Amino acid sequence: MKRLILCLCACLAGPAADAMEVRQFDDPAKEERYETLIKDLRCLVCQNQSLAESDAELAKDLRTEVYDIIQSGKSSEEAVRFLTDRYGDFVLYRPPFKSVTLLLWLGPFLLLAGGAVFLWKQAKRRADPVRQEEALSAEERRRLQQLKDRFQG
Amino acid sequence: MRFAIPLVIFVLLVVLLGVGLTLDPREVPSPLIGKPAPAFSLPEVAAADRTLSLDRLKGQVFLLNVWASWCVSCRQEHPVLVDFAKRGIVPVYGLNYKDTRDDALAWLKRFGDPYQASAFDEDGKMGIEWGVYGVPETFLVDQHGVIRYKQTGPVTPEDLENKILPLIRELQGAA
Repeated sequence: MKRLILCLCACLAGPAADAMEVRQFDDPAKEERYETLIKDLRCLVCQNQSLAESDAELAKDLRTEVYDIIQSGKSSEEAVRFLTDRYGDFVLYRPPFKSVTLLLWLGPFLLLAGGAVFLWKQAKRRADPVRQEEALSAEERRRLQQLKDRFQG
Repeated sequence: MRFAIPLVIFVLLVVLLGVGLTLDPREVPSPLIGKPAPAFSLPEVAAADRTLSLDRLKGQVFLLNVWASWCVSCRQEHPVLVDFAKRGIVPVYGLNYKDTRDDALAWLKRFGDPYQASAFDEDGKMGIEWGVYGVPETFLVDQHGVIRYKQTGPVTPEDLENKILPLIRELQGAA
């Protein structure tokens, strides 16, 4: 039974262990920075995977580059710059805030604000009895008055 | 009038999505275009004791084609490059990416060698410096060593005639 469980664990852990090589760090803080970084960086070959998930050769090479940069004591920003200098902002899962990405960052808030304004105007129009009366034509107003008279009288 | 606003929004959405469909998500624009080519100095594929470096190539317009014997699309692209090299318009250099020397040499012998020389990038470090993320890729570099154009994927005769040759003529005219 114990062997069966062990075997099952090995099978389940297998694919993940293949994708990632074992890295030795001289400082746990560096290891943490490395792990965070490779999850935020995008693999250029299998573009919907991060560097951490990808099995591609290039992803492995780039993980090594990131590891070397972090291990040599440089900052995470320097590791990110190394990759964006060569591959552009495409490698970032979190796009930077600049003129071409303005709509990307602000778009959702603009839509939300636009929707709120629209709803508020609708609600106000419906709640305004004067405007409702105005919306009726002379003929409709005459018929409304007739109905009112009939029910009240 | 009541339908004007939803209609406008709908048309805008259709246009936006339509543009999205025409974009190639696999095409990553290179930040290196318009920038000096990254320096390199590597042994040649044909002879380990000879070095191919950026300094040696500077002063001329040239193509640098990233290739590998294990790359299927390179096979498709190769005859185009062989033909182009024969026309002698600009020299073509190779960057042999993550290959073995024996495989690379056998490949050139079998399919023809369009390259003046190929740099042997065994560990792919130069590829990373040049922002290579797939094979084949082709760079057009000007007289001053500035990257002017990058083609991701195989170069077709159409790309050569319509995109690369006009650029080459422009660069040669500017010299």
